[in-house]
Amino acid sequence: MLLDVKNLDISYGSKLTVSGVNIQLDKGEILSIVGESGSGKTTVIRAVMGCLPGRGHVSGGSITFGGRDMLKNTREDWRKISGSEMSMIFQDSGNMINPIRRIGEQFTDYILAHAPQKSKAEAAEMAKDMLNKVRLPNPQNIMNSYPFELSGGMRQRVGIAMAMIFSPKLLLADEPTSALDVTTQAQIIRQIVDVRNEYNAAVILVTHNIGVASYVSNKLIVMKNGHVVESGGREIIENPQHAYTKELLAAVPVLGDKKYYER
Amino acid sequence: MNAEAPVILQIKNLTKKFAAEGGKMLTACDNVTLNAYAGQTLGIIGESGCGKSTLVRTILQIHPASGGEVIFDGQDILKLRGEAARQNRRKIQMVFQDPAAAFNPKMKVKEIVCEPLLNFGLIKKSEVDTKAAELLRMVELPEDFKDRYPHNMSGGQRQRLGIARALSLEPKIVVCDEATSALDVSVQEKICELLVRLQKEKGITYLFICHDLGLVDLMCHQIAVMYLGNIVEYIGYGRRISTEGMHPYTKALMKSVFKVDFKPGEKIEPLESEIPSPLDLPKGCPFQSRCGQCMEICRSEKPELKEVVPGHFVACHLVNGNF
Repeated sequence: MLLDVKNLDISYGSKLTVSGVNIQLDKGEILSIVGESGSGKTTVIRAVMGCLPGRGHVSGGSITFGGRDMLKNTREDWRKISGSEMSMIFQDSGNMINPIRRIGEQFTDYILAHAPQKSKAEAAEMAKDMLNKVRLPNPQNIMNSYPFELSGGMRQRVGIAMAMIFSPKLLLADEPTSALDVTTQAQIIRQIVDVRNEYNAAVILVTHNIGVASYVSNKLIVMKNGHVVESGGREIIENPQHAYTKELLAAVPVLGDKKYYER
Repeated sequence: MNAEAPVILQIKNLTKKFAAEGGKMLTACDNVTLNAYAGQTLGIIGESGCGKSTLVRTILQIHPASGGEVIFDGQDILKLRGEAARQNRRKIQMVFQDPAAAFNPKMKVKEIVCEPLLNFGLIKKSEVDTKAAELLRMVELPEDFKDRYPHNMSGGQRQRLGIARALSLEPKIVVCDEATSALDVSVQEKICELLVRLQKEKGITYLFICHDLGLVDLMCHQIAVMYLGNIVEYIGYGRRISTEGMHPYTKALMKSVFKVDFKPGEKIEPLESEIPSPLDLPKGCPFQSRCGQCMEICRSEKPELKEVVPGHFVACHLVNGNF
């Protein structure tokens, strides 16, 4: 078992916001967490990554990653783990990179922070290699660009490249395609699946696109108001049990369905 | 194109070019001709950067057009200036994508929904409370929300507020630019039901921009597919994009959609690469560089939008049989 989350409770200050979350994830598996905004999906993966904002903290349960109790980590431990053993991609990777520095400078800085024994030139080579792997044409050009010069899809690929550079065992993706159009969304999702296949990494995907979740996942969790209402394999989508899951599935607009104005 | 409803808005040969670096011109909308029908929804789809937002922004006169006409109420509204242009804005309103960014955070809900009415001198300050309550009822929000601030509301509630504000002036046309993209599916469904109910009650015409193909299919009476500033396909009333879409680009978009009921082994086939730069539009068909069925003629001659089936127009040499 790579990641074992048991009865996880998360509170902000004294207010319990997420309770009773269980996740068991093995190498090479993809878990999707779906649910409406405010249901606690992002909070869960932030807790796994040890980066709950403000007064957020784990108030109950356990998180074990690679046999290690993650709740005992010091800041220094987290600094070593994040980026190399687990990493995260965000809704818009453009927001996590500095807008006034070139992609290349930031990427090499990031590599050198985790691998100080490398030279700058080696780090730049590594970065270019990785950009190539995520199907970005002309990596040198990307390295010389500022974030605003790239499209949303290209920035997201840069985010994936940065997240995967040290082949982490666990990739957390927080709504990685919500800001993208259908074509780019499909490309990025395929990229995440490729990354899983190549590195045999486990992936937790937070999304509100149930179609995406249905396409990529081995496991699914449906959340509402800080609770898990349903969890399991793909059968959740084929044969939902909980009323909320059914409601969520029924709300997805399906090509070719009866038009709204004819209902 | 559709006999059931009268044409309310005629977009004729509308072109919008932006000046770019090095004296180049960026063509965001290239000779677009489209009709919107009274009380119906015209959907506009395409990838980011295809010019759909530019098109509606030009219609709303947020920026001036480079050429063409937009006929509404018997006149070319792009030629209106001064007070006439201001009065025209009453009739065409907009609902924005991000309901969190669309309001002044320091204004109360009642001030937000009534501001357009006060600006046009349609109500007195003393009437704000009653009018706000009425508008909130219309979008199914509790009346006591009128003294709240937008940050005390959820995304769905804020989007209802955005709709209430857009409808306060009783416009004929409402532009929804990705109005539901920031919302969850369950909230999105309720907002769409609200939009459809208001359309039926008030006979509003929507210009509905969205990149969720499933939603556009369910919401719209007509759908225009845009690529690199061109309309490449127009699917009229009564035809379905899901089964009757013909342009290779439309079909490719359809293959990128993640369906909920994927069968095991079924794969998505997204279009490779990105939309090419609109700075140097290729000679011939705009879609040639990504089209799997590109032919000799596609590289030299730009296909025209032709009626293939009544009410269904396609700009493709292959579909139009020019080979």
